Amino acid sequence: MSKPKVAFFDFTSCEGCQLSILNLETELLELLDIVDIVEFREAMSEKSDTFDIAVIEGSYSRDSDLGRLKEIRETAGVVVALGACAHIGGLNALRNSQQREDLLKKVYPDHPDWYETNEKALPISAAIKVDAVVPGCPVDVKEFVHVVKNLVLGKDPGLPTYPVCVECKLNENICVYELGKTCLGPVVRAGCNAVCTSNGGVCIGCRGLIPNPNLNSQKDIMQKYGLDIQRIIDSVNLFMTENAREVQ
Amino acid sequence: MSETITIGVNHITRVEGHGNIKVDVQNGEVKECKLEIVEAPRFFEAMLEGRHYSEAAIITSRICGICSVGHQLASVRATEDAFGIELTKQNHQLKTLLDMGQYFESHVLHVYFLAVPDFVGAPSVFPLVATHKDVVLSALKLKKLGHDIGEMIGGRLVHPISMIPGGFTHMPTVKKLEEILNRIQDAKEELKNGVKLVSSLTLPDFERETEYISMYRDGEYAFIDGNIFSSDRGEISYKDYRKVTNEYLVPHSTAKRAKFSRHSYMVGALARFNNNYKYLSDDAKQAAEDLGLKPKYYNPYMNTVAQLVELIHIVDNSTEIINDMLAKGIKNEKPVIPELKECAGVGAVEVPRGILFHEYTYDKNGFITKANCIIPTAQNLQNIEDDMNDMVPDSIKKRTKEELTLDLEMLVRAYDPCISCSCHLLDVEFVNE
Repeated sequence: MSKPKVAFFDFTSCEGCQLSILNLETELLELLDIVDIVEFREAMSEKSDTFDIAVIEGSYSRDSDLGRLKEIRETAGVVVALGACAHIGGLNALRNSQQREDLLKKVYPDHPDWYETNEKALPISAAIKVDAVVPGCPVDVKEFVHVVKNLVLGKDPGLPTYPVCVECKLNENICVYELGKTCLGPVVRAGCNAVCTSNGGVCIGCRGLIPNPNLNSQKDIMQKYGLDIQRIIDSVNLFMTENAREVQ
Repeated sequence: MSETITIGVNHITRVEGHGNIKVDVQNGEVKECKLEIVEAPRFFEAMLEGRHYSEAAIITSRICGICSVGHQLASVRATEDAFGIELTKQNHQLKTLLDMGQYFESHVLHVYFLAVPDFVGAPSVFPLVATHKDVVLSALKLKKLGHDIGEMIGGRLVHPISMIPGGFTHMPTVKKLEEILNRIQDAKEELKNGVKLVSSLTLPDFERETEYISMYRDGEYAFIDGNIFSSDRGEISYKDYRKVTNEYLVPHSTAKRAKFSRHSYMVGALARFNNNYKYLSDDAKQAAEDLGLKPKYYNPYMNTVAQLVELIHIVDNSTEIINDMLAKGIKNEKPVIPELKECAGVGAVEVPRGILFHEYTYDKNGFITKANCIIPTAQNLQNIEDDMNDMVPDSIKKRTKEELTLDLEMLVRAYDPCISCSCHLLDVEFVNE
């Protein structure tokens, strides 16, 4: 049986997720045992007209990208959203609270009319159907390998439906709320092994909300520790601007 | 090649981000020769407005995955500059090590994975797994070391976690520092093989003298601290970076451009090498000699070679830092909490692709009212285009269209451009086809 062909594509993004995949080092060579990488512009000059699995990094922020997204969808059997930008809009969506014209005037004051951009930066699911996601900013590369292996086997990769708090507790961290900080761990999808809280940070929500997040409970936590609910809304805004309204 | 040609490379490969090369020559006269930046605009400066000082580095890190450490360093340095936070020696050392981890990762990726395939006639690194397995494995090992240095200091190398304004939230352990130190020693042997490999390759013979701009600090090969240095004008305060960068827009690029004393200037490994050669380690100077690189060197294709020389220097410099940290012991320094006030600050750091500037203005509650980020690749774009314009008229007489296309793609790649950053590049298009 021939190996499935995998192609990588990028839209509005920092390309850090693809870079993380190039960082797989030896596991990357093992992955090449089960799939053929036929397109990966960041790393290779070859291109391909056919592929089975399309892995897409980046948000959808320009009308001119729509045609390419649709072509990829028509060619690929499976479309994977790679990272927060493709999955939930990511940090790019932070601009969505400002008007398009204002943004252009602020950043390109002399020639705001030279550059093309949509009103909003959105997840790729706003343009095409997505079959699987690898969440995170950046993605956890072990999870990426897990998702690809399962897709090759024709299985649903399945992502954790429990919050980051679970992994954080298993790592025996002191709860950052006890340290007076605001953290999105109680409502955000696990699978990162609580990497931020385990390195002295807080959860900033890059993996998106868990299914049916208990937002009232999150509000209770904020009240218990005497923290301003606005801090949570600001935090949610960082990676999940579109979800922020729901939280309010 | 005929006197009338058009070249069009859309979405240049093996670079970070989206760019195109366009060349149009009519009857031997160059009508158009430009580098288009077609990356989507991202509006980071606008997104930073109204955000808290603790979020600035988290946000700007996402300008670029490859340069995320660099953006965090410039961001944190700008915030520290604004609030008047002085670096302790250990904080300085940890920041420098984190920067060096990024150099390791980024330079190895560029030299071995993105540039070398051109010289051995391969379209990417993947076919080299079959033909040059030892080189690929060596490169993977070196890259992993950069990655692991970053992870030791920052929690991870892509969008690090533990560096915040005022210090670090997590300290490396003695055991980890010792392990990394051993691997750095092994890396030096691997890099010596890299020097042999690269010295056997033939680079295009092209020279154009330009203005070279880098950081400068008396007594060291500057990474995270210092002033600006121009090969034309000498030292300039980092606070006066706007006098150097003079950003402007061109219609064919979502990235801004820069100019100082001339029509364009160059930043990056070759600029640092030319300006700071005297502070390289002895072994790095020896490697430069083995590779035929002497200051002042005017061939931009040699930027890749200068990166290899820098890797040797980084091995020596990081060894020195880790030995010093191990001798003195790692102090559990808590990050300094800034006293909030209306203020502004500039962060200037040398990152793999050149000098990077961030500047923020804060209100009395610690929220950003104005932000500015000036990216190395944006500073290089006009210089690349000026190289192309200098090279093409002569080359079209000697080279086939295919050869010239490859020459131009290799030229752009030699600068190791980061287009995500610059728009926050690359295809060659020969127009008229």
